[in-house]
Amino acid sequence: MTHKSMKLKDTLENYTFVLPAVTIFSIFYIIPFIWVFQLGLFDWDGISFSKTFVGLANFKEIFLQDKNWWQSMWNAGYITLIALTFQNILAFMLAWACDREMRMKNFYRVIFFIPPVLSEVVVGMAWRFIINDIDGANVINRTLTQMGFPHLVHNWLSDPNTALTTVAIVHCWKGFGWGFLIFLAGLQTIPRELYEAARVDGASAWQSFKKVTIPLMIPVMVLVAILTVLGTMQVFVLIVSLVGGEFAGHTSVPVLRILASMRGSSRFGYACAQGITFGLVLIIISFIQYRFSKKGQ
Amino acid sequence: MWFKNILLGISILFSALGCSGQKVDSKPTITIWHWMTDRDATFQDLAKKYETLTGVKVNFELYAPSDAYSQKIRAAAQGINLPDVFGILGEKRDFASFIKAGHILDLTSYMEANNNGWKNSFFPKALAVNEFAAGNSYGINPGTYGVPVDIMTIQMVYNKKLFTQLGLNPSRPPKTLQEFLDIGPKIQAAGMQGLVSGWGEVWMIDCLANDYAFNIMGKDKVMATIRGQVPYTDPDWVKVFSIFKQMQDSGVLAKGLVTMINKSAEQLFANEKAVFAFNGSWCVNVYKGMNPNLEYGAILPPQASDKYPMSIWGGAGSSFMVNARSKNKEEAIKFLVWLTGQDQQAYLSRATNNLPANKNCLAKIPEVLAQFARGMEYATHPNVWGVSEFSLVIEAFDRGIQSIIIGEKTPEQVADEVQKVKERELNKRRAK
Repeated sequence: MTHKSMKLKDTLENYTFVLPAVTIFSIFYIIPFIWVFQLGLFDWDGISFSKTFVGLANFKEIFLQDKNWWQSMWNAGYITLIALTFQNILAFMLAWACDREMRMKNFYRVIFFIPPVLSEVVVGMAWRFIINDIDGANVINRTLTQMGFPHLVHNWLSDPNTALTTVAIVHCWKGFGWGFLIFLAGLQTIPRELYEAARVDGASAWQSFKKVTIPLMIPVMVLVAILTVLGTMQVFVLIVSLVGGEFAGHTSVPVLRILASMRGSSRFGYACAQGITFGLVLIIISFIQYRFSKKGQ
Repeated sequence: MWFKNILLGISILFSALGCSGQKVDSKPTITIWHWMTDRDATFQDLAKKYETLTGVKVNFELYAPSDAYSQKIRAAAQGINLPDVFGILGEKRDFASFIKAGHILDLTSYMEANNNGWKNSFFPKALAVNEFAAGNSYGINPGTYGVPVDIMTIQMVYNKKLFTQLGLNPSRPPKTLQEFLDIGPKIQAAGMQGLVSGWGEVWMIDCLANDYAFNIMGKDKVMATIRGQVPYTDPDWVKVFSIFKQMQDSGVLAKGLVTMINKSAEQLFANEKAVFAFNGSWCVNVYKGMNPNLEYGAILPPQASDKYPMSIWGGAGSSFMVNARSKNKEEAIKFLVWLTGQDQQAYLSRATNNLPANKNCLAKIPEVLAQFARGMEYATHPNVWGVSEFSLVIEAFDRGIQSIIIGEKTPEQVADEVQKVKERELNKRRAK
């Protein structure tokens, strides 16, 4: 057997090994993505067997005319911003606290991980009950009154100025456990010797945190940030169970818009174009985050 | 040797069993998909009864909630996997799309057989939802394409006990919009909640707004608006939008109504926390489950004008369609004829507190249900209008009313915005 034919045999063997994985990946990821993109080029009601080719008209409508779509992107961006800051800082601080020697830390770990494993519908209904005044326990308003802030009492979910923020806070409550768990795992990988060495060198707790913990946690923070963006931008079940839907556009998010196009308007082609646009936006955001993290490292 | 013989014996036995003729079941099994959680147990009872009578097995398969069902039906239509009988949730244009794709059987000849025997057993308005008239805008051959199983009307209900507490006469509910608005300050003073409804899910807003549109400008003008001949900026439409502002200003609407889901609204009314509710006739069953002692009455929404009669949404509550590609379609039709017969409809109505589609069995139903049934006289429905409004216009319309209620926009602003969307959609249609 010549060297050339041996090399060819090796190559074919290698391809044979990766073929099952490539096939599965293509069937379940690549082909559906191409198919959705292809459907985005058609005017189709999702029922008929015939579709009308409209080229990039659906994408043009999304970018130039559909104000509701961009409002929903803005709303999702707002919730994501709160999740990236408030939720992740809270998750990091709690993980940091649980990583240290403290009493009942295992108990806290379990408690903090309960909200993420609950169904979004259950969380939405429970918080609706907690927040709402007429069909709920009105806990927040009662607490505000008891604390001497009766002027702050109002219907949090039905006020356009507070509805989205309320949704974002409930989302953070539900989601911080994931970040907590990943941060805790990351903190536990930092060698304790580094802290001891820093202490020997006379570093204070704050300096250890700033010079040891933060730099070593940057890859984990990037991972949590990417997961937060991907998870939060796609929020919708929580919104439906908290405020019933888009609330005059104030709690509208991209997935609800895609659903409205599919179900309300029977515009499957347009919904596919929205899905592709949304997916591309998420890919771009994740890519930017990844590039920033590389630069930071 | 003996082991080989045993193996041989087993192989012969299996071969013989494998080659034996299959038992042929001459009676088919009919599969029906539906989303009606509250009616499932009764459907199963009726299916058992039908099997006992005819030997034909009927499988009612429940897929809830309705959103999930709706998606399942569409996916099944794409894969040509629809069951023998199914229901469609959606607008008339979705119904038309299913027919155009060849998924639904034209039932006209069956309805008209025996001197229109089957057809005449239904409330005409219940059947109308399933009919396509000659020259319809969807391009469907005229005919009947569905079988109504029950009917519904969407009206207002009021709590008699809370009416008495407010110093109002429970046997004299408000008939005019002004009378209704005058109750607002009393509700506020008593610290009660006024009208509750699922307006967070928006379609019910559309429903009440259309009721008032018919009342203020009449059917012809509403239809002309949908056809694009009358703008939404017309003073009559501004009046319709203004009604919601008047209601909000008078205090007759419950707090947080714009984000209220219908389940919460039903709980509030059933628990006697709200004076009024805007809900469909299905609520009779819901309220009975939540509070059997609730004393309430059903009324038409109070009239805003005496120029035209008040209209309400009503007609077929739920309908079943026969799969045109089903090999069991004849058996499926026989079952639907039986299901919509007088006895079965009466049983279904008694067991589920829904209004029967068969007009011959209204005699023995509870008084509240009868009040809803009387509303059929005023019933109309977008699915019988023959023309459909653009879904984006409906969305702008509903969102706009939510904005009016929360004080974010004026009726004029909303009218203007809705008209802009309408013009954009009309231009798109013209360009096609």
